[in-house]
Amino acid sequence: MEALRGIDLDFPTGRLTTLLGPSGCGKTTLLKIIAGLIPASAGEVRVNGRVVTGPGPERAFVFQDFALMPWATVLRNVAFGLELKGMGKDERQSIARRYIAEVGLSGFENKYPHELSGGMRQRVGLARAFAVNADVLLLDEPFSAVDEQNRRKFQEDLLRLVALEKKTFIFVTHSIEEAVYCSDRIVILSRRPGRVAEIIEPQIDRSAPPDAIRRDQGYLDTVEEIWQGLKRYVD
Amino acid sequence: MTILGFRVPMMASLLVWCVVWEAVGQSGALFLIPPLSDVLTAMVALVQTGTWQAAALTTLHSFVLGMFFAITAGTLLGVLMGRFPAVDNLLGIWVNIFVSAPLSALVPVLMILFGMGETTVVVTVFLFAVWIIVLDARAGIQGVPPSLVEMGRSYGASAFTLYARIILPAALPEILAGIRLGLVRGVKGVVIGQLLVSIIGYGELFELYSRNFDMTNFWALTLILFAAAMLLSALVEALEKRVDYYAGVR
Repeated sequence: MEALRGIDLDFPTGRLTTLLGPSGCGKTTLLKIIAGLIPASAGEVRVNGRVVTGPGPERAFVFQDFALMPWATVLRNVAFGLELKGMGKDERQSIARRYIAEVGLSGFENKYPHELSGGMRQRVGLARAFAVNADVLLLDEPFSAVDEQNRRKFQEDLLRLVALEKKTFIFVTHSIEEAVYCSDRIVILSRRPGRVAEIIEPQIDRSAPPDAIRRDQGYLDTVEEIWQGLKRYVD
Repeated sequence: MTILGFRVPMMASLLVWCVVWEAVGQSGALFLIPPLSDVLTAMVALVQTGTWQAAALTTLHSFVLGMFFAITAGTLLGVLMGRFPAVDNLLGIWVNIFVSAPLSALVPVLMILFGMGETTVVVTVFLFAVWIIVLDARAGIQGVPPSLVEMGRSYGASAFTLYARIILPAALPEILAGIRLGLVRGVKGVVIGQLLVSIIGYGELFELYSRNFDMTNFWALTLILFAAAMLLSALVEALEKRVDYYAGVR
């Protein structure tokens, strides 16, 4: 089955690029190809100009269902990427603690995933991705299993972290509002086999407070424009 | 449970049955059932005899050996079947046949193959216990969320690390459940094996007491065995609870 066709994209550093499209357009497949979790039948993935095959330390993945180890504490989960790299316990734990604080989970270091809410679990997933200090962060519908109110708060925090961390963020979502709110660039994919249908750069004043952004005319217009374009794919 | 507003503890029903047993035994109506008090006295005397201790040691030895092979091979096979569909297709049907087959019928054949000694008993324990361990380990492995495996791969885990730190811990609750069920079946296996071989360990004692209609000692032996099986199962269950707690909601 052909999931994607003729995808040629670049993802600039320090920006958040969203892959958006109808369900089954291959956006998650594309993200997993970039992550090296699925081999591409043709073409190549370059990170900083170097061709990569398979997973690598310059890319970190944030999973839709969090993918936390239920038998490990928040601290061990966040430090797990570093543990796999063979870093010493004290060093990796101090790094993990820093990122746990950065995603707003201080005080929960010794809790287990089942003691946390969905939103908090995804914060653990995000901290784990930050902790390995990868250049590229791949986020696969990270908020789809998080309830609406937590999601809004989380989106605001993500924007703060994008500004803070200066990494390349590639974000997959099916929510138009979320895409427009969070992204510097939105890549719209067509239905299977997914092709790049359109690239949109929302013109939104990011320095404004979150509530102002959600009422910003540019924000609302972009949401509407994307919806008009995607409408034809919805059965 | 409450009766007439009184809280009755869980073990109360056991107490009732003990009293019934004692009453039937004292009445002398059934010679197969001696009074419970006699059985308990015999139990205390029995465990102090050299015969019992030697028999218990022999039995324990066969049991531990058989279980060791069953747990090792069962877990390994279950993991392979859970991970590789080809292995699953090849062996699945046999595991499912053996898990429900009346294995006692095979013991005479085993005796021809392995002789009238401990080997036969060890093999019997193995055959009784291994299949349920395979099935549960397989179910545990298949229940490991695919994203957890992808997580390991994306953060650079080698194949070995992936199994040791992600797949096996994630499947541990099911693997332990299989081992608990396997232990209980293994106890059956060791007794049946020894009974049929009938010249070693517990089987020899059972054979001796029942042939001489020494029901008091026969029941004492049976009670010890029941208690041992239940204790083993309870131990693994306690371990399972701890693991389940860590595994939390999955």
